[in-house]
Amino acid sequence: MEKIIWAFIVGGSICVIGQIMMDVFKLTPAHTMSTLVVVGAILGGLGLYEPLVKFAGAGATVPISSFGNSLLKGALEELNEHGAIGVLIGIFKLTSAGISSAIIFGFIASLIFKPKG
Amino acid sequence: MIKSKSLNLEQQKYKNFAQQREPKRPVVTNCIKAFIVGGSICAFGQLIQYFYINNFGYTEKNAGDPTAATLIIISVLLTGLGVYDTIAQWAGAGTAVPITGFANTISSAAIEHRSEGYVLGVGGNMFKVAGPVIVFGTFSAFAVAVIKMLINYLGGM
Amino acid sequence: MVKGNQSFIFQSKPVIISSATVGGPLEGEGPLGEDIDILYDDPYMGQDSFEKAEKLMLEQAATKALEKAGVSKYDVGLFISGDLINQIISSSFAARTIGIPYLGIYGACSSSMEGLSIAACFVDGQKVRYVLTGASSHNNSAEKQYRYPNEYGAQKPPTSQWTVTGAGVCLLASQGNGPKVTAATIGRIVDMGLTDPFNMGAAMAPAAVDTIEAHFRDLGIEPDYYDLIVTGDLGAVGHKIALDRLKENGTNLSEKTFMDCGMMIYDREKQPQVFAGGSGCASSAVTIYGHLLKRMKSGQLKKLLAVATGALHSPLSYQQKESIPCIAHAVAIEM
Repeated sequence: MEKIIWAFIVGGSICVIGQIMMDVFKLTPAHTMSTLVVVGAILGGLGLYEPLVKFAGAGATVPISSFGNSLLKGALEELNEHGAIGVLIGIFKLTSAGISSAIIFGFIASLIFKPKG
Repeated sequence: MIKSKSLNLEQQKYKNFAQQREPKRPVVTNCIKAFIVGGSICAFGQLIQYFYINNFGYTEKNAGDPTAATLIIISVLLTGLGVYDTIAQWAGAGTAVPITGFANTISSAAIEHRSEGYVLGVGGNMFKVAGPVIVFGTFSAFAVAVIKMLINYLGGM
Repeated sequence: MVKGNQSFIFQSKPVIISSATVGGPLEGEGPLGEDIDILYDDPYMGQDSFEKAEKLMLEQAATKALEKAGVSKYDVGLFISGDLINQIISSSFAARTIGIPYLGIYGACSSSMEGLSIAACFVDGQKVRYVLTGASSHNNSAEKQYRYPNEYGAQKPPTSQWTVTGAGVCLLASQGNGPKVTAATIGRIVDMGLTDPFNMGAAMAPAAVDTIEAHFRDLGIEPDYYDLIVTGDLGAVGHKIALDRLKENGTNLSEKTFMDCGMMIYDREKQPQVFAGGSGCASSAVTIYGHLLKRMKSGQLKKLLAVATGALHSPLSYQQKESIPCIAHAVAIEM
């Protein structure tokens, strides 16, 4: 139960950072999301993202910044196993579920729906 | 943002003149809304995660995948039904930053361009808005991984 | 006849013998809904894409205007039209259906008055007897082209505007009954270095001010000559800026004599999704050819100066960090 509250607070705070980037620094949504992903990868590299995931659960894994961290984590896991080429093998290892389901369900949606306008 | 030095004096004067007469973005209200909606989506994600752990034998470590997939399905459905953009106008970054926003960028582009056919329209435009996130995520992960590799190689950390 | 640097007077006073408008769902619910001839509840209007829906609106407005005047399309020498979609396909495809000799124009949201001033030149110069001129825009096709996919959840700031779904067409003749086109001022490009595509009103306001001042200067008349001066789509933000800027330069207008089509076509309190107001070619086309001409015919308005404003940027120029060049064309219509 406690974790749900932390997920709410941490996830909400990451969204507030995104909101500030859009409203105060006038970044487009695409620039905002790209920046958050890069920040996620850098925090992952510094070993700071995993502790946040342990602490806040979905509060850290649901925001897009987690995407950068997961890309890196997958790359590092394969790096340890296969050496240098592992970086290329592993990048999409952990994010596959997210990317694949977004593509597959997005495509199915385009078969069913029209833009409502 | 435009660099002020690229404006001549008259343009700079006008920019100030106009800015005094423009409604400001309600930054504080927007942040509160983003916090509430974004926080709720994450808390809901945590609930789903527990649901998968308790009922389907997932562990804390791999429950993230079905959770992400579930949130993505919900987001794609809301996008298709034409509701997601309405919620997003209220919630701002609250619906854009979570993975549901990523699914919304892909599905909205896919739906939008079906009028141009499935191959060139849907296939060609699906990553129109989501592309940068994947490109920069992948490249930055690659760069960080290479740096880590070099540090290890040099016997660092 | 040339007057001043950028204006001309039409001595034969071409007559707007009929006009017709088409609108979408939000326009029908808005304050001017009653003055729109054909209304649709569905943004697709029975077509399978927004672009085809926009073409249909323009076709129907043109057909309706001819029908109202009882003029056969074979008597019309010219159809002048513009819209916002790439390569102005709505206009060209509508012209394909209508089959009248066609001149396509692009002045972004200023296309309506650009078309009317060119049309008046043709009639005044006795090159043709009838000219049909109009413009169209569609909220969803414009969103798709200029911004993001329609279902994409991007938050709009309070300065943003709502592209009007609609089309407005008028039929101009050398003689007949109706409001007369007496003068026109062609605008210069004014670029104040603004870059925010979600704040078009502020970008376009200086262009409107420049053209309005040029009009008075060229014609040697005072602002109180007109009962009403309307701008095309400055919205609440641009309208306020233009009013203050005119005042600063010594032209005193009030909220009653200086209005904006983008603010008239929607009720911003009941329709908060439009934010600062309407925009797009149809903002001025529907409001002027529908609502304002009707008021002129009923005698409520005698002298109108219609100033359609346009932002001549593209998504590409925005991404290459270019500022937004703006323009405004003014046409004087008198009863």
